[in-house]
Amino acid sequence: MADKLKGQTLIFNNSPFIISYATVSGPEEGKGPFASSIDKICTDPKCGKDTWEKGEKSMVKDAISLAMKKFSIAPKDIDLMVGGDLLNQIAISNFIARDYKLPYLGIYGACSSLIEALIFASISMDGGFADSVLNFSSSHYQTAERQYRTPLEYGAQYPPYKQYTVTGAGAYILGWINGHVKITAATIGKVIDLKISDPNDMGSAMAPAAADTILQHLNDTNRNVSDFDLIITGDLGKTGLKNLRSLLKEKNLELGNKLSDCGAIIFKQDAKYGSGGSGCAASSIILGSNIIPALKNNKYKRVLLIGTGALLSPITILQKESIPGIAHAVLIEKIN
Amino acid sequence: MGNYYTAFLIGGLVCALGQILLDNTKYTPAHLLVFLVVLASIFTGLGLYEPLIEFAGAGVTIPVANFGYVLTKGVLEELDKDGIPGLFKGVLKIASSGVSASVIIAFIIALIFNPRN
Repeated sequence: MADKLKGQTLIFNNSPFIISYATVSGPEEGKGPFASSIDKICTDPKCGKDTWEKGEKSMVKDAISLAMKKFSIAPKDIDLMVGGDLLNQIAISNFIARDYKLPYLGIYGACSSLIEALIFASISMDGGFADSVLNFSSSHYQTAERQYRTPLEYGAQYPPYKQYTVTGAGAYILGWINGHVKITAATIGKVIDLKISDPNDMGSAMAPAAADTILQHLNDTNRNVSDFDLIITGDLGKTGLKNLRSLLKEKNLELGNKLSDCGAIIFKQDAKYGSGGSGCAASSIILGSNIIPALKNNKYKRVLLIGTGALLSPITILQKESIPGIAHAVLIEKIN
Repeated sequence: MGNYYTAFLIGGLVCALGQILLDNTKYTPAHLLVFLVVLASIFTGLGLYEPLIEFAGAGVTIPVANFGYVLTKGVLEELDKDGIPGLFKGVLKIASSGVSASVIIAFIIALIFNPRN
């Protein structure tokens, strides 16, 4: 029998293993520091297709196929698939699910979608409702720019604190067997809005939600910072990460080197990428190309991964509404 | 009378104004475009834009601000001729070639090219 939420945190009695996973990225991420551990790098953002949306879909499909192939899993072995992306009506995920003909739940948590999917999958497995769940998420520079800002043809100039949407996808299969890396707890975030309304500064809009979720997790689990090897947020970028540090400092929490951000580290250092990466693919790629390998190599024992989402829509921005933020966390541990 | 130097100087100043606004305000490029057009329109109404053209030539006729000038100039000309109905008749009179050219050229470019990255 699963335990009820403690505060905002779920502690799983039967915690699922991440049994297989794969990451796919676009060309810019392929020039970054994690290129060698990304499973497939597409040099063309359209992946040879005629639209960027089809390119994004192709990346998700590749990630799922690779994740299944690595552990010899067939689609029939999957009980449930959970996925999300950034496009209107989560179009990419829905079209992916169309091809697999498996029970599917589409979710939207903006850039926290992968973490939201992992939490949902862990809940369904701890509750005994599923034995294997496929999670996937994606984002794509060209498709996201068009929807959230301006079409690329417009050639707009951006401020230096603006983030660069990560192109790519990740697929993660949870199961009970042969794993070393487990999801042992999850903290479900609250929507927090500190009235930031610049859609080019989503990192700052999400930082308060990330701070709240980190503090809540430490409180609910009675742990302190020394219990973690790494606390890593999804896509705050360098600007948002700086804000998060100062928000935590106000609460007397200094994380130093233990705090990092997937978006801030995914690209090579270049002014072109502004404040760093954003999008579902930031955490989807870093989890597979950096965090899980480091857990497997015993570099880390316990990592808190916080998916951060800016819950804006193009309409609410035009209507001058502020940007609500959300942050969900999963605790990932190495089991020997 | 304008020459290359004055055109370069004044044209550069118009663009510098645009860049300063982009860097220091929350203006999107669309806001900026409208701002420059409206500004030039006001200058034209006050009779200040034509002396600028005399002085800087292409420096002020090439930037988007010139669109504000031709819109307002057309209106003022028709207003002189026809009175109040001229306010509506003149808007696209001189601007017509510019607007048509943009639409037609943009259409052709969109047919030929497809953005990649």
